Amino acid sequence: MMRRGAEASIALLGAAGVLAAAWAAPWLKFVLTIALAKGIAVLGILLLLRAGQVTFGHAVYLAAGAYTVAFLAPSAGEAFLLLPVAALVSGLLGLVVGLFVVRYRDIFFGMLNLAISMVFYSLLEKLYSLTRGTDGIRVEPPRIAGFSLALEDYVWAMLILALVLAVGFGVLVRAYLASPMGQALAGIKTRETRLEFMGVSARRVLLAAYVLSALMGGVGGAIVGMTTRHVTPLLAYWTSSGELVFIAILGGAGAALGPFLGAVGYELVRVYAAASFAEAWQAILGAVLLLVILFAPGGLWGMISGLLGRGRPGRPA
Amino acid sequence: MSGALLEARGLRLAFGGVRAADGIDLDVLRGEFLAIIGPNGAGKTTFLNMTTGYLRPQAGTIAYEGESILGLAPRAIVRRGIGRSFQLPQLFTEHTVLENAALAVAAREGIWSPLTPLLRRRWREEAMEILARFGLAALAATRADALNEGARKLADIAMAVALNPRLLLMDEPTSGVAAAEKMAIVETLVRVLRESGVTAVFVEHDMEVVERFADRVAVWSQGRIVALGPPGQVLADPAVQREVIGIERHA
Ligand SMILES: Nc1ncnc2c1ncn2[C@@H]1O[C@H](COP(=O)(O)OP(=O)(O)OP(=O)(O)O)[C@@H](O)[C@H]1O
Ligand SMILES: [Mg+2]
Repeated sequence: MMRRGAEASIALLGAAGVLAAAWAAPWLKFVLTIALAKGIAVLGILLLLRAGQVTFGHAVYLAAGAYTVAFLAPSAGEAFLLLPVAALVSGLLGLVVGLFVVRYRDIFFGMLNLAISMVFYSLLEKLYSLTRGTDGIRVEPPRIAGFSLALEDYVWAMLILALVLAVGFGVLVRAYLASPMGQALAGIKTRETRLEFMGVSARRVLLAAYVLSALMGGVGGAIVGMTTRHVTPLLAYWTSSGELVFIAILGGAGAALGPFLGAVGYELVRVYAAASFAEAWQAILGAVLLLVILFAPGGLWGMISGLLGRGRPGRPA
Repeated sequence: MSGALLEARGLRLAFGGVRAADGIDLDVLRGEFLAIIGPNGAGKTTFLNMTTGYLRPQAGTIAYEGESILGLAPRAIVRRGIGRSFQLPQLFTEHTVLENAALAVAAREGIWSPLTPLLRRRWREEAMEILARFGLAALAATRADALNEGARKLADIAMAVALNPRLLLMDEPTSGVAAAEKMAIVETLVRVLRESGVTAVFVEHDMEVVERFADRVAVWSQGRIVALGPPGQVLADPAVQREVIGIERHA
Protein backbone atom coordinates (compact mmCIF):
# COMPACT_ATOMS: atom_id res chain seq x y z
CA MET A 1 0.00 0.00 0.00
CA MET A 2 1.27 3.45 -0.95
CA ARG A 3 2.11 5.39 2.14
CA ARG A 4 -0.21 8.24 2.93
CA GLY A 5 2.74 10.64 2.98
CA ALA A 6 3.94 9.70 -0.49
CA GLU A 7 0.51 10.14 -2.00
CA ALA A 8 0.01 13.48 -0.26
CA SER A 9 3.41 14.69 -1.52
CA ILE A 10 2.58 13.74 -5.09
CA ALA A 11 -0.79 15.50 -4.78
CA LEU A 12 0.87 18.65 -3.41
CA LEU A 13 3.52 18.56 -6.12
CA GLY A 14 0.80 18.13 -8.71
CA ALA A 15 -1.22 21.06 -7.34
CA ALA A 16 1.88 23.27 -7.30
CA GLY A 17 2.69 22.09 -10.83
CA VAL A 18 -0.78 23.08 -12.02
CA LEU A 19 -0.44 26.58 -10.57
CA ALA A 20 3.10 27.02 -11.94
CA ALA A 21 2.05 25.87 -15.41
CA ALA A 22 -0.96 28.20 -15.37
CA TRP A 23 1.27 31.09 -14.39
CA ALA A 24 3.91 30.32 -17.02
CA ALA A 25 1.43 29.67 -19.85
CA PRO A 26 -1.79 31.60 -19.21
CA TRP A 27 -3.73 29.81 -21.97
CA LEU A 28 -3.25 26.58 -19.98
CA LYS A 29 -5.55 27.83 -17.22
CA PHE A 30 -8.62 26.97 -19.24
CA VAL A 31 -7.33 23.51 -20.19
CA LEU A 32 -6.29 22.71 -16.61
CA THR A 33 -9.58 23.88 -15.11
CA ILE A 34 -11.50 21.62 -17.50
CA ALA A 35 -9.11 18.77 -16.73
CA LEU A 36 -9.64 19.14 -12.98
CA ALA A 37 -13.41 19.32 -13.45
CA LYS A 38 -13.39 16.13 -15.50
CA GLY A 39 -11.06 14.56 -12.95
CA ILE A 40 -13.68 15.16 -10.24
CA ALA A 41 -16.31 13.48 -12.42
CA VAL A 42 -13.94 10.58 -13.13
CA LEU A 43 -13.41 10.08 -9.38
CA GLY A 44 -17.03 8.95 -9.42
CA ILE A 45 -16.31 6.45 -12.19
CA LEU A 46 -13.43 5.17 -10.10
CA LEU A 47 -15.81 4.39 -7.23
CA LEU A 48 -17.99 2.31 -9.53
CA LEU A 49 -14.94 0.62 -11.05
CA ARG A 50 -14.07 -0.59 -7.56
CA ALA A 51 -17.30 -2.56 -7.67
CA GLY A 52 -16.29 -3.90 -11.08
CA GLN A 53 -18.94 -1.79 -12.79
CA VAL A 54 -18.31 0.43 -15.80
CA THR A 55 -20.85 3.07 -16.76
CA PHE A 56 -21.10 4.42 -20.28
CA GLY A 57 -23.55 7.13 -19.31
CA HIS A 58 -21.83 9.13 -16.60
CA ALA A 59 -21.64 12.31 -18.67
CA VAL A 60 -25.34 12.78 -17.97
CA TYR A 61 -24.44 13.88 -14.43
CA LEU A 62 -21.82 16.26 -15.71
CA ALA A 63 -24.42 17.69 -18.09
CA ALA A 64 -26.97 17.94 -15.27
CA GLY A 65 -24.51 20.03 -13.26
CA ALA A 66 -23.64 22.22 -16.24
CA TYR A 67 -27.29 22.82 -17.17
CA THR A 68 -28.16 23.62 -13.57
CA VAL A 69 -25.56 26.37 -13.78
CA ALA A 70 -26.88 27.53 -17.15
CA PHE A 71 -30.50 27.67 -15.92
CA LEU A 72 -29.78 29.34 -12.60
CA ALA A 73 -26.91 31.70 -13.46
CA PRO A 74 -29.19 34.52 -14.72
CA SER A 75 -31.18 34.64 -11.48
CA ALA A 76 -28.58 33.38 -8.99
CA GLY A 77 -25.18 34.21 -10.43
CA GLU A 78 -23.00 33.18 -7.51
CA ALA A 79 -20.51 30.33 -7.88
CA PHE A 80 -20.79 29.30 -4.22
CA LEU A 81 -24.52 28.88 -4.68
CA LEU A 82 -24.45 27.31 -8.13
CA LEU A 83 -21.93 24.63 -7.16
CA PRO A 84 -23.83 23.07 -4.26
CA VAL A 85 -27.14 23.30 -6.11
CA ALA A 86 -25.61 21.59 -9.16
CA ALA A 87 -24.19 18.89 -6.88
CA LEU A 88 -27.61 18.42 -5.29
CA VAL A 89 -29.46 18.23 -8.62
CA SER A 90 -27.01 15.66 -10.01
CA GLY A 91 -27.01 13.72 -6.76
CA LEU A 92 -30.83 13.53 -6.80
CA LEU A 93 -30.84 12.48 -10.43
CA GLY A 94 -28.26 9.85 -9.48
CA LEU A 95 -30.50 8.63 -6.68
CA VAL A 96 -33.52 8.24 -8.97
CA VAL A 97 -31.55 6.53 -11.75
CA GLY A 98 -29.47 4.60 -9.24
CA LEU A 99 -32.48 2.99 -7.55
CA PHE A 100 -33.06 1.33 -10.90
CA VAL A 101 -29.58 0.60 -12.28
CA VAL A 102 -28.00 -0.85 -9.11
CA ARG A 103 -30.13 -3.94 -9.66
CA TYR A 104 -27.97 -4.76 -12.65
CA ARG A 105 -24.36 -5.74 -13.11
CA ASP A 106 -21.66 -5.70 -15.74
CA ILE A 107 -22.75 -5.19 -19.34
CA PHE A 108 -26.36 -4.55 -18.29
CA PHE A 109 -25.27 -1.90 -15.82
CA GLY A 110 -23.07 -0.23 -18.43
CA MET A 111 -25.68 -0.31 -21.18
CA LEU A 112 -28.58 0.83 -18.98
CA ASN A 113 -26.57 3.85 -17.94
CA LEU A 114 -25.81 4.52 -21.59
CA ALA A 115 -29.48 4.22 -22.55
CA ILE A 116 -30.62 6.56 -19.78
CA SER A 117 -27.99 9.13 -20.68
CA MET A 118 -29.13 9.04 -24.31
CA VAL A 119 -32.71 9.71 -23.25
CA PHE A 120 -31.52 12.81 -21.40
CA TYR A 121 -29.39 13.80 -24.34
CA SER A 122 -32.38 13.79 -26.67
CA LEU A 123 -34.46 15.71 -24.14
CA LEU A 124 -31.79 18.40 -23.97
CA GLU A 125 -31.70 18.49 -27.75
CA LYS A 126 -35.45 18.43 -28.37
CA LEU A 127 -36.85 20.69 -25.64
CA TYR A 128 -35.78 23.75 -27.59
CA SER A 129 -37.86 26.30 -25.72
CA LEU A 130 -36.16 25.30 -22.49
CA THR A 131 -32.64 24.33 -23.58
CA ARG A 132 -32.25 26.04 -26.99
CA GLY A 133 -31.42 22.62 -28.39
CA THR A 134 -28.04 22.12 -30.03
CA ASP A 135 -27.38 25.87 -29.92
CA GLY A 136 -26.97 25.50 -26.20
CA ILE A 137 -27.09 28.17 -23.51
CA ARG A 138 -24.55 30.91 -22.90
CA VAL A 139 -23.55 31.41 -19.27
CA GLU A 140 -22.58 34.81 -17.87
CA PRO A 141 -19.65 34.54 -15.44
CA PRO A 142 -21.19 34.33 -11.98
CA ARG A 143 -19.92 36.27 -8.98
CA ILE A 144 -17.45 34.41 -6.82
CA ALA A 145 -18.02 34.88 -3.10
CA GLY A 146 -19.88 38.07 -3.93
CA PHE A 147 -17.20 39.55 -6.20
CA SER A 148 -17.77 40.28 -9.86
CA LEU A 149 -14.30 39.65 -11.23
CA ALA A 150 -12.61 40.86 -14.40
CA LEU A 151 -12.22 38.04 -16.90
CA GLU A 152 -8.52 37.39 -16.24
CA ASP A 153 -9.12 37.17 -12.47
CA TYR A 154 -12.25 35.10 -13.01
CA VAL A 155 -10.26 32.50 -14.97
CA TRP A 156 -7.70 32.32 -12.18
CA ALA A 157 -10.43 32.03 -9.56
CA MET A 158 -12.12 29.19 -11.44
CA LEU A 159 -8.82 27.30 -11.69
CA ILE A 160 -8.16 27.69 -7.98
CA LEU A 161 -11.71 26.72 -7.11
CA ALA A 162 -11.41 23.62 -9.30
CA LEU A 163 -8.10 22.77 -7.67
CA VAL A 164 -9.48 23.10 -4.14
CA LEU A 165 -12.51 20.97 -5.00
CA ALA A 166 -10.32 18.38 -6.70
CA VAL A 167 -8.15 18.05 -3.60
CA GLY A 168 -11.22 17.97 -1.35
CA PHE A 169 -13.01 15.27 -3.31
CA GLY A 170 -9.75 13.36 -3.76
CA VAL A 171 -9.29 13.21 0.01
CA LEU A 172 -12.95 12.28 0.47
CA VAL A 173 -12.83 9.45 -2.06
CA ARG A 174 -9.60 8.16 -0.59
CA ALA A 175 -11.22 7.93 2.85
CA TYR A 176 -14.38 6.44 1.38
CA LEU A 177 -12.44 3.68 -0.38
CA ALA A 178 -10.64 2.75 2.84
CA SER A 179 -13.90 2.62 4.80
CA PRO A 180 -16.12 -0.46 5.09
CA MET A 181 -18.45 1.08 2.51
CA GLY A 182 -15.60 1.39 0.04
CA GLN A 183 -14.17 -2.02 0.83
CA ALA A 184 -17.63 -3.54 0.46
CA LEU A 185 -17.70 -2.02 -3.03
CA ALA A 186 -14.68 -4.13 -3.90
CA GLY A 187 -16.56 -7.03 -2.31
CA ILE A 188 -19.34 -6.59 -4.88
CA LYS A 189 -16.74 -7.31 -7.54
CA THR A 190 -15.40 -10.47 -5.96
CA ARG A 191 -18.12 -12.03 -3.76
CA GLU A 192 -21.47 -10.37 -3.68
CA THR A 193 -23.17 -13.37 -2.01
CA ARG A 194 -20.94 -13.04 1.01
CA LEU A 195 -21.97 -9.43 1.47
CA GLU A 196 -25.61 -10.51 1.66
CA PHE A 197 -24.69 -13.23 4.13
CA MET A 198 -23.00 -10.59 6.27
CA GLY A 199 -26.33 -8.79 6.51
CA VAL A 200 -25.26 -6.10 4.04
CA SER A 201 -27.32 -5.07 1.04
CA ALA A 202 -24.98 -5.02 -1.95
CA ARG A 203 -27.46 -2.85 -3.81
CA ARG A 204 -27.38 -0.22 -1.11
CA VAL A 205 -23.59 -0.28 -1.07
CA LEU A 206 -23.59 0.32 -4.81
CA LEU A 207 -26.35 2.93 -4.59
CA ALA A 208 -24.44 4.99 -2.05
CA ALA A 209 -21.40 5.01 -4.32
CA TYR A 210 -23.56 5.75 -7.34
CA VAL A 211 -25.16 8.79 -5.73
CA LEU A 212 -21.78 10.10 -4.61
CA SER A 213 -20.41 9.55 -8.11
CA ALA A 214 -23.36 11.40 -9.65
CA LEU A 215 -22.86 14.25 -7.20
CA MET A 216 -19.20 14.56 -8.16
CA GLY A 217 -20.24 14.46 -11.81
CA GLY A 218 -22.49 17.43 -11.05
CA VAL A 219 -19.67 19.36 -9.40
CA GLY A 220 -17.42 18.68 -12.39
CA GLY A 221 -20.22 19.76 -14.73
CA ALA A 222 -20.84 22.98 -12.82
CA ILE A 223 -17.16 23.91 -13.17
CA VAL A 224 -17.25 23.03 -16.86
CA GLY A 225 -20.35 25.20 -17.31
CA MET A 226 -18.84 28.17 -15.49
CA THR A 227 -15.52 27.80 -17.33
CA THR A 228 -16.61 27.17 -20.93
CA ARG A 229 -19.61 29.48 -20.35
CA HIS A 230 -21.46 27.67 -23.09
CA VAL A 231 -23.52 24.57 -22.26
CA THR A 232 -24.71 22.23 -25.03
CA PRO A 233 -26.36 18.78 -25.15
CA LEU A 234 -23.05 17.39 -26.40
CA LEU A 235 -21.99 17.30 -22.73
CA ALA A 236 -24.43 14.40 -22.22
CA TYR A 237 -23.66 12.60 -25.49
CA TRP A 238 -22.30 9.07 -25.22
CA THR A 239 -18.91 10.11 -26.56
CA SER A 240 -18.55 12.38 -23.52
CA SER A 241 -19.29 9.42 -21.26
CA GLY A 242 -16.76 7.35 -23.18
CA GLU A 243 -14.23 10.12 -22.68
CA LEU A 244 -14.69 9.89 -18.89
CA VAL A 245 -14.12 6.12 -18.95
CA PHE A 246 -11.10 6.71 -21.17
CA ILE A 247 -9.67 9.13 -18.61
CA ALA A 248 -10.32 6.66 -15.80
CA ILE A 249 -8.34 3.94 -17.59
CA LEU A 250 -5.60 6.31 -18.69
CA GLY A 251 -5.12 7.63 -15.15
CA GLY A 252 -5.54 4.30 -13.40
CA ALA A 253 -8.19 3.17 -10.96
CA GLY A 254 -5.75 2.30 -8.18
CA ALA A 255 -5.82 5.61 -6.32
CA ALA A 256 -7.73 8.86 -6.04
CA LEU A 257 -4.90 10.66 -7.86
CA GLY A 258 -5.41 8.56 -10.98
CA PRO A 259 -8.40 10.47 -12.39
CA PHE A 260 -6.53 13.78 -12.20
CA LEU A 261 -3.38 12.42 -13.82
CA GLY A 262 -5.59 10.91 -16.50
CA ALA A 263 -7.61 14.06 -17.02
CA VAL A 264 -4.61 16.36 -17.29
CA GLY A 265 -2.82 13.89 -19.58
CA TYR A 266 -5.92 13.52 -21.72
CA GLU A 267 -6.61 17.22 -22.10
CA LEU A 268 -2.98 18.00 -22.92
CA VAL A 269 -2.72 15.22 -25.52
CA ARG A 270 -6.01 16.37 -26.96
CA VAL A 271 -5.03 20.02 -27.21
CA TYR A 272 -1.57 19.33 -28.67
CA ALA A 273 -2.71 16.57 -30.97
CA ALA A 274 -5.65 18.62 -32.22
CA ALA A 275 -3.37 21.57 -32.90
CA SER A 276 -0.62 19.59 -34.62
CA PHE A 277 -2.54 16.83 -36.38
CA ALA A 278 -6.05 18.17 -36.80
CA GLU A 279 -7.21 15.09 -38.70
CA ALA A 280 -5.53 12.42 -36.65
CA TRP A 281 -5.92 13.41 -33.03
CA GLN A 282 -8.56 10.80 -32.28
CA ALA A 283 -6.27 8.15 -33.74
CA ILE A 284 -3.51 9.41 -31.45
CA LEU A 285 -5.79 9.18 -28.40
CA GLY A 286 -6.80 5.69 -29.46
CA ALA A 287 -3.17 4.65 -29.77
CA VAL A 288 -2.40 6.09 -26.32
CA LEU A 289 -5.28 4.15 -24.79
CA LEU A 290 -4.16 0.97 -26.50
CA LEU A 291 -0.62 1.38 -25.19
CA VAL A 292 -1.89 1.98 -21.66
CA ILE A 293 -4.13 -1.08 -21.70
CA LEU A 294 -1.39 -3.30 -23.12
CA PHE A 295 1.63 -2.05 -21.22
CA ALA A 296 0.41 -0.13 -18.17
CA PRO A 297 -2.89 -1.57 -17.01
CA GLY A 298 -2.50 0.41 -13.77
CA GLY A 299 -2.58 3.62 -15.84
CA LEU A 300 -0.45 6.69 -15.23
CA TRP A 301 -0.87 6.27 -11.49
CA GLY A 302 0.32 2.68 -11.73
CA MET A 303 3.41 3.84 -13.61
CA ILE A 304 4.24 6.51 -11.05
CA SER A 305 3.67 4.34 -8.00
CA GLY A 306 5.62 1.58 -9.74
CA LEU A 307 8.53 3.95 -10.28
CA LEU A 308 8.43 4.95 -6.65
CA GLY A 309 8.59 1.25 -5.90
CA ARG A 310 6.09 1.37 -3.10
CA GLY A 311 2.71 1.21 -4.73
CA ARG A 312 0.80 -1.83 -5.73
CA PRO A 313 -1.40 -0.80 -8.63
CA GLY A 314 -4.85 -2.34 -8.63
CA ARG A 315 -4.93 -2.77 -4.87
CA PRO A 316 -7.10 -0.63 -2.66
CA ALA A 317 -5.14 2.46 -1.78
CA MET B 1 -39.60 -20.71 25.89
CA SER B 2 -39.50 -23.97 23.96
CA GLY B 3 -36.27 -25.88 23.57
CA ALA B 4 -36.25 -25.44 19.81
CA LEU B 5 -34.34 -22.52 18.34
CA LEU B 6 -35.19 -23.43 14.77
CA GLU B 7 -38.28 -25.33 13.69
CA ALA B 8 -38.63 -26.63 10.14
CA ARG B 9 -41.87 -28.29 9.10
CA GLY B 10 -42.77 -30.05 5.87
CA LEU B 11 -40.09 -28.41 3.72
CA ARG B 12 -40.32 -29.37 0.08
CA LEU B 13 -38.26 -28.26 -2.85
CA ALA B 14 -37.76 -30.00 -6.19
CA PHE B 15 -35.40 -29.07 -8.99
CA GLY B 16 -37.10 -30.50 -12.06
CA GLY B 17 -37.55 -34.14 -11.09
CA VAL B 18 -34.97 -34.06 -8.29
CA ARG B 19 -36.55 -33.83 -4.84
CA ALA B 20 -33.84 -32.04 -2.90
CA ALA B 21 -36.23 -31.62 0.06
CA ASP B 22 -39.09 -34.03 0.31
CA GLY B 23 -40.85 -33.23 3.58
CA ILE B 24 -38.17 -32.13 6.05
CA ASP B 25 -39.27 -31.81 9.70
CA LEU B 26 -36.52 -30.80 12.09
CA ASP B 27 -36.12 -29.00 15.40
CA VAL B 28 -32.73 -27.57 16.22
CA LEU B 29 -32.48 -27.39 19.99
CA ARG B 30 -31.04 -24.44 21.86
CA GLY B 31 -27.35 -24.93 22.53
CA GLU B 32 -26.93 -28.23 20.74
CA PHE B 33 -24.43 -29.31 18.10
CA LEU B 34 -26.41 -31.06 15.42
CA ALA B 35 -24.58 -32.98 12.70
CA ILE B 36 -26.13 -33.61 9.30
CA ILE B 37 -24.79 -36.60 7.43
CA GLY B 38 -25.83 -38.30 4.23
CA PRO B 39 -24.62 -39.19 0.74
CA ASN B 40 -23.82 -36.69 -1.99
CA GLY B 41 -26.91 -35.10 -3.45
CA ALA B 42 -29.08 -36.01 -0.44
CA GLY B 43 -30.17 -32.39 0.00
CA LYS B 44 -28.03 -31.31 2.94
CA THR B 45 -26.87 -28.05 1.39
CA THR B 46 -30.37 -27.42 0.10
CA PHE B 47 -31.64 -27.49 3.69
CA LEU B 48 -29.07 -24.85 4.70
CA ASN B 49 -29.95 -22.81 1.62
CA MET B 50 -33.64 -22.81 2.56
CA THR B 51 -32.91 -21.96 6.17
CA THR B 52 -30.76 -18.98 5.22
CA GLY B 53 -33.15 -17.56 2.64
CA TYR B 54 -30.98 -18.39 -0.36
CA LEU B 55 -33.61 -20.79 -1.71
CA ARG B 56 -37.30 -20.59 -1.03
CA PRO B 57 -39.07 -23.89 -0.28
CA GLN B 58 -42.11 -24.74 -2.42
CA ALA B 59 -43.95 -25.87 0.70
CA GLY B 60 -43.43 -25.91 4.44
CA THR B 61 -42.51 -23.44 7.17
CA ILE B 62 -39.36 -22.37 8.97
CA ALA B 63 -39.47 -20.57 12.29
CA TYR B 64 -36.53 -19.11 14.21
CA GLU B 65 -37.08 -18.07 17.83
CA GLY B 66 -40.77 -18.82 17.26
CA GLU B 67 -41.09 -16.42 14.31
CA SER B 68 -41.41 -17.34 10.66
CA ILE B 69 -38.38 -16.46 8.57
CA LEU B 70 -39.88 -17.78 5.38
CA GLY B 71 -39.48 -15.40 2.48
CA LEU B 72 -36.93 -13.19 4.24
CA ALA B 73 -33.82 -12.20 2.30
CA PRO B 74 -30.54 -13.79 3.42
CA ARG B 75 -29.35 -10.51 4.89
CA ALA B 76 -32.49 -10.14 6.99
CA ILE B 77 -32.07 -13.68 8.30
CA VAL B 78 -28.40 -13.04 9.08
CA ARG B 79 -29.36 -9.96 11.06
CA ARG B 80 -31.69 -12.07 13.17
CA GLY B 81 -28.72 -14.14 14.27
CA ILE B 82 -28.35 -17.04 11.85
CA GLY B 83 -24.82 -17.30 10.49
CA ARG B 84 -23.58 -19.45 7.68
CA SER B 85 -20.35 -20.83 6.33
CA PHE B 86 -20.10 -22.39 2.92
CA GLN B 87 -19.20 -25.69 1.31
CA LEU B 88 -17.26 -23.60 -1.23
CA PRO B 89 -15.73 -20.78 0.84
CA GLN B 90 -17.11 -17.35 -0.04
CA LEU B 91 -14.28 -14.94 0.58
CA PHE B 92 -13.49 -11.52 -0.86
CA THR B 93 -10.66 -12.84 -2.98
CA GLU B 94 -8.89 -9.53 -3.62
CA HIS B 95 -8.82 -8.65 0.07
CA THR B 96 -6.45 -9.93 2.74
CA VAL B 97 -7.63 -12.39 5.37
CA LEU B 98 -7.58 -9.57 7.92
CA GLU B 99 -9.68 -7.29 5.69
CA ASN B 100 -12.15 -10.12 5.16
CA ALA B 101 -12.56 -10.62 8.90
CA ALA B 102 -12.64 -6.88 9.60
CA LEU B 103 -15.39 -6.41 7.02
CA ALA B 104 -17.45 -9.03 8.82
CA VAL B 105 -16.87 -7.29 12.17
CA ALA B 106 -17.76 -3.93 10.62
CA ALA B 107 -20.82 -5.42 8.94
CA ARG B 108 -22.12 -6.52 12.31
CA GLU B 109 -21.98 -2.95 13.58
CA GLY B 110 -23.33 -1.49 10.36
CA ILE B 111 -20.94 -0.49 7.60
CA TRP B 112 -22.52 2.85 6.80
CA SER B 113 -19.75 5.11 7.97
CA PRO B 114 -17.97 6.31 4.84
CA LEU B 115 -15.10 8.06 6.59
CA THR B 116 -14.09 5.47 9.21
CA PRO B 117 -11.19 3.30 8.02
CA LEU B 118 -11.99 -0.40 7.85
CA LEU B 119 -8.72 -1.15 9.61
CA ARG B 120 -9.38 1.27 12.46
CA ARG B 121 -8.01 -0.10 15.65
CA ARG B 122 -11.19 -1.50 17.21
CA TRP B 123 -12.25 -3.46 14.13
CA ARG B 124 -8.72 -4.56 13.33
CA GLU B 125 -8.09 -5.80 16.84
CA GLU B 126 -11.33 -7.72 17.03
CA ALA B 127 -10.69 -9.22 13.58
CA MET B 128 -7.17 -10.23 14.64
CA GLU B 129 -8.51 -11.77 17.81
CA ILE B 130 -11.02 -13.86 15.87
CA LEU B 131 -8.36 -14.93 13.38
CA ALA B 132 -6.11 -15.90 16.25
CA ARG B 133 -8.82 -18.11 17.72
CA PHE B 134 -8.90 -19.97 14.41
CA GLY B 135 -5.12 -20.16 14.15
CA LEU B 136 -5.12 -17.78 11.19
CA ALA B 137 -3.20 -14.88 12.72
CA ALA B 138 -0.06 -15.66 10.73
CA LEU B 139 -2.05 -15.46 7.50
CA ALA B 140 -3.70 -12.12 8.31
CA ALA B 141 -1.80 -10.23 5.61
CA THR B 142 -2.23 -12.91 2.94
CA ARG B 143 -4.67 -12.29 0.12
CA ALA B 144 -7.65 -14.61 0.39
CA ASP B 145 -7.13 -16.03 -3.10
CA ALA B 146 -3.66 -17.23 -2.11
CA LEU B 147 -4.86 -19.46 0.76
CA ASN B 148 -4.94 -23.23 0.64
CA GLU B 149 -8.27 -25.01 0.87
CA GLY B 150 -8.12 -25.66 4.61
CA ALA B 151 -7.29 -22.06 5.50
CA ARG B 152 -10.00 -20.80 3.16
CA LYS B 153 -12.51 -22.99 4.97
CA LEU B 154 -11.44 -21.66 8.35
CA ALA B 155 -11.46 -18.05 7.20
CA ASP B 156 -14.95 -18.60 5.86
CA ILE B 157 -16.11 -19.89 9.26
CA ALA B 158 -14.26 -17.10 11.06
CA MET B 159 -16.22 -14.55 9.02
CA ALA B 160 -19.49 -16.17 10.01
CA VAL B 161 -18.43 -16.26 13.67
CA ALA B 162 -17.39 -12.59 13.54
CA LEU B 163 -21.05 -11.72 13.06
CA ASN B 164 -21.82 -13.19 16.52
CA PRO B 165 -24.59 -15.53 15.35
CA ARG B 166 -26.72 -17.42 17.85
CA LEU B 167 -27.27 -20.20 15.33
CA LEU B 168 -24.40 -21.14 13.03
CA LEU B 169 -24.91 -23.36 9.99
CA MET B 170 -21.70 -24.85 8.63
CA ASP B 171 -21.50 -26.73 5.36
CA GLU B 172 -18.70 -29.31 5.57
CA PRO B 173 -16.41 -27.25 7.81
CA THR B 174 -13.63 -29.83 7.74
CA SER B 175 -13.56 -30.88 4.10
CA GLY B 176 -10.29 -29.78 2.56
CA VAL B 177 -8.64 -29.43 5.96
CA ALA B 178 -5.57 -31.67 6.17
CA ALA B 179 -6.30 -34.84 8.17
CA ALA B 180 -3.42 -34.18 10.57
CA GLU B 181 -4.82 -30.80 11.61
CA LYS B 182 -8.49 -31.68 11.42
CA MET B 183 -9.20 -32.76 15.01
CA ALA B 184 -7.27 -29.87 16.52
CA ILE B 185 -9.15 -27.42 14.36
CA VAL B 186 -12.55 -28.88 15.16
CA GLU B 187 -11.68 -28.88 18.84
CA THR B 188 -10.81 -25.19 18.63
CA LEU B 189 -13.96 -24.44 16.68
CA VAL B 190 -16.16 -26.31 19.11
CA ARG B 191 -14.56 -24.58 22.07
CA VAL B 192 -15.03 -21.16 20.48
CA LEU B 193 -18.69 -21.90 19.78
CA ARG B 194 -19.44 -23.45 23.18
CA GLU B 195 -17.80 -20.53 24.96
CA SER B 196 -20.04 -18.09 23.16
CA GLY B 197 -23.13 -20.25 23.58
CA VAL B 198 -23.68 -20.70 19.85
CA THR B 199 -26.02 -23.40 18.61
CA ALA B 200 -24.48 -25.18 15.63
CA VAL B 201 -25.66 -27.28 12.72
CA PHE B 202 -22.90 -28.78 10.61
CA VAL B 203 -22.87 -30.96 7.56
CA GLU B 204 -20.07 -33.49 8.02
CA HIS B 205 -18.63 -36.42 6.14
CA ASP B 206 -16.12 -37.52 8.81
CA MET B 207 -17.85 -39.94 11.21
CA GLU B 208 -15.10 -39.57 13.79
CA VAL B 209 -15.83 -35.84 14.01
CA VAL B 210 -19.55 -36.56 14.25
CA GLU B 211 -19.06 -39.12 16.99
CA ARG B 212 -16.86 -36.87 19.07
CA PHE B 213 -18.54 -33.50 18.70
CA ALA B 214 -22.20 -33.89 17.79
CA ASP B 215 -24.96 -34.02 20.42
CA ARG B 216 -27.36 -35.36 17.82
CA VAL B 217 -27.11 -36.60 14.24
CA ALA B 218 -29.68 -36.23 11.47
CA VAL B 219 -29.28 -38.61 8.55
CA TRP B 220 -30.32 -37.26 5.17
CA SER B 221 -31.24 -39.45 2.22
CA GLN B 222 -32.98 -38.34 -0.97
CA GLY B 223 -34.41 -35.19 0.51
CA ARG B 224 -35.63 -36.83 3.72
CA ILE B 225 -34.45 -37.33 7.27
CA VAL B 226 -34.24 -41.09 7.73
CA ALA B 227 -32.75 -41.17 11.23
CA LEU B 228 -32.29 -38.70 14.08
CA GLY B 229 -30.76 -39.16 17.52
CA PRO B 230 -27.55 -39.32 19.56
CA PRO B 231 -24.50 -40.36 17.49
CA GLY B 232 -23.92 -43.56 19.49
CA GLN B 233 -27.37 -44.80 18.63
CA VAL B 234 -27.75 -43.49 15.05
CA LEU B 235 -24.32 -44.51 13.80
CA ALA B 236 -24.82 -48.01 15.23
CA ASP B 237 -28.07 -48.51 13.28
CA PRO B 238 -27.38 -51.18 10.62
CA ALA B 239 -29.60 -49.47 8.05
CA VAL B 240 -27.74 -46.19 8.49
CA GLN B 241 -24.43 -47.99 8.32
CA ARG B 242 -25.37 -49.77 5.14
CA GLU B 243 -27.05 -46.94 3.30
CA VAL B 244 -25.19 -43.89 4.44
CA ILE B 245 -21.94 -44.57 6.18
CA GLY B 246 -20.96 -47.25 3.68
CA ILE B 247 -21.51 -44.72 0.94
CA GLU B 248 -19.81 -42.01 2.96
CA ARG B 249 -16.68 -44.07 3.29
CA HIS B 250 -16.43 -44.31 -0.46
CA ALA B 251 -17.60 -40.80 -1.19
N1 LIG C 1 -29.88 -24.62 -7.34
C1 LIG C 1 -30.07 -25.88 -7.80
N2 LIG C 1 -30.55 -26.09 -9.04
C2 LIG C 1 -30.76 -27.34 -9.50
N3 LIG C 1 -30.51 -28.44 -8.80
C3 LIG C 1 -30.02 -28.30 -7.56
C4 LIG C 1 -29.77 -27.01 -6.99
N4 LIG C 1 -29.28 -27.16 -5.74
C5 LIG C 1 -29.23 -28.50 -5.53
N5 LIG C 1 -29.68 -29.18 -6.62
C6 LIG C 1 -29.80 -30.62 -6.70
O1 LIG C 1 -30.49 -31.04 -5.55
C7 LIG C 1 -29.90 -32.24 -5.03
C8 LIG C 1 -29.44 -32.02 -3.61
O2 LIG C 1 -28.32 -31.14 -3.66
P1 LIG C 1 -27.52 -30.66 -2.37
O3 LIG C 1 -26.47 -29.75 -2.83
O4 LIG C 1 -28.48 -30.17 -1.37
O5 LIG C 1 -26.89 -32.03 -1.88
P2 LIG C 1 -25.86 -32.28 -0.70
O6 LIG C 1 -26.49 -33.26 0.21
O7 LIG C 1 -25.40 -31.02 -0.12
O8 LIG C 1 -24.68 -33.01 -1.48
P3 LIG C 1 -23.08 -32.91 -1.27
O9 LIG C 1 -22.72 -33.85 -0.20
O10 LIG C 1 -22.55 -33.34 -2.60
O11 LIG C 1 -22.77 -31.50 -0.97
C9 LIG C 1 -28.77 -32.62 -5.99
O12 LIG C 1 -29.28 -33.56 -6.91
C10 LIG C 1 -28.46 -31.31 -6.68
O13 LIG C 1 -27.98 -31.56 -7.98
MG1 LIG D 1 -23.64 -30.01 -0.01
